[in-house]
Amino acid sequence: MSVSVSIRNIVKEFQRFPALSGVSLEVKPGELVALLGPSGSGKTTLLRTVAGLEFQDEGEVFFDNINADGLSLRERRIGFVFQHYALFRHMTVFDNIAFGLRARPRATRPGADDIRSHVYDLLSLVQLMGLEKRYPAQLSGGQRQRVALARALAIEPRVLLLDEPFGALDAKVRKDLRKWLRQLHDKTRHTTLFVTHDQDEAFELADRIAILNNGVIEQVGTPAEILSRPGTDFVADFVADVGLSTLKATPLTWQRDVKLKAAQ
Amino acid sequence: MSEAAYPVRPQRRSEIGEGGIIQWLLVTVAVVFLTSVLLLPLAVVFGEGLRKGWETFFAAFTEPDTLAAVRLTLLVAAIAVPFNIVFGLAASWAISKFEFVGKNLLLTLIDLPFSVSPVISGLVFVLLFGAQGWLGPWLEAHDLKIIFAVPGIVLATVFVTFPFVARELIPLMQAQGTSEEEAALTLGASGWHTFRHVTLPNVKWALLYGVLLCNARAMGEFGAVSVVSGHIRGLTNTMPLQIEILYNEYNFTAAFAVATLLAALALLTLVLKSLLEWRFAGELAATKRH
Repeated sequence: MSVSVSIRNIVKEFQRFPALSGVSLEVKPGELVALLGPSGSGKTTLLRTVAGLEFQDEGEVFFDNINADGLSLRERRIGFVFQHYALFRHMTVFDNIAFGLRARPRATRPGADDIRSHVYDLLSLVQLMGLEKRYPAQLSGGQRQRVALARALAIEPRVLLLDEPFGALDAKVRKDLRKWLRQLHDKTRHTTLFVTHDQDEAFELADRIAILNNGVIEQVGTPAEILSRPGTDFVADFVADVGLSTLKATPLTWQRDVKLKAAQ
Repeated sequence: MSEAAYPVRPQRRSEIGEGGIIQWLLVTVAVVFLTSVLLLPLAVVFGEGLRKGWETFFAAFTEPDTLAAVRLTLLVAAIAVPFNIVFGLAASWAISKFEFVGKNLLLTLIDLPFSVSPVISGLVFVLLFGAQGWLGPWLEAHDLKIIFAVPGIVLATVFVTFPFVARELIPLMQAQGTSEEEAALTLGASGWHTFRHVTLPNVKWALLYGVLLCNARAMGEFGAVSVVSGHIRGLTNTMPLQIEILYNEYNFTAAFAVATLLAALALLTLVLKSLLEWRFAGELAATKRH
């Protein structure tokens, strides 16, 4: 069910200001990849281009073998989690999560009972049982984020795209959610791209990291590869502080690998 | 309850003790001003209308010309308000959710009816559609009557009440941004579904407020309508015009009786608005908060 994402030579300008100058990236099915870079590096633009919220001037995006250019937003089936969640403020948690299912054309729309059971499944997946009648304004930041995630998962997305998923949260909640998101990904195995400017976040969470600067990808690799062999001066500088704090924290992906090995 | 739990109230007053006089002064000024400028005129209208008793008051409304004026006013509002709801929604949606060339021009144009004197607005329509106007000969050839007829009154009213809905919606929609719409689209909703279920519910109270203001102005508009109406009794007189005619004929009681009705409609609008604000205060705050 997981699909690969192939980003091929994307060029994008905003009023003659280059945002992306020829970005290519291959994401394997089920992989969790971080787009890491300083603000203005083009990482969010890249994410929005994959989602179909921006249109590239040149280049293509493929989901498996399907060219995304030919797909409408609906046909792309992207689970997008916005930086500030963009929850529908006048709807309850339940209605937020059910939105994508109810918005389907009549022919493919599930019945009310199916929608309800699907929404309750998602509520338990994101551990928000009992909050379905609340409005977004009555939730904490972390809870809102999980509603946004459940809403995105409800449409059974090909790919999950997260824009600064922890950007609006305080440090403690951030840490917990990071761990939780990694576990969720290991459970659901959605091909996932997430944008962050926080080095620790990228190195702790991602299978691979693409480091962006000035609209180009400077280096792609696993956290270990990037730390041990930074490809450019920029990368070396940008990840200079990561070593200490993250290595102490032991990246979640490494923990998992150790566990897998132990199990074998 | 809160006073018992927090005995800070008297203290706080003493903290701004010097402010006591200023506070008192400000309240007095506000009360005097409101009374003389808003309440007194309203009281005079009702007082004059009812001076000769209820019988004469109601007699004013049995007069066929007055009845026709009331009907025409309601008809004009019933056409102008829905038109401006549709236009206001479309314009504010386009302006706040999309980027396009000429956006600032459109914004300026929406404000035009506010900045131009209503009399000028009326004159513009006379110049366009009047017998001596640009389109006059063509209209005459096709036996269409706009000026000194109901269509002209509707046009003038639509023009004058143009900005109310759009002006209420644009700031709110701009503040709300486009991310909820984008979310809806990525979730597979169509443009119409997104508008119906995301954009519209988020602005419904502002929309209602705009509609109420628009309606109040549509019924009360005098200047522009006066220019295009031609003051034909029983045919092209709206309530405000009828009031003027009655007044100029020294028929004070009747004039004030009709004025009472018009003022009552305005008050009803305000009461309705306050009622809605009070009833849905929570939801109102929720849609404004992010």
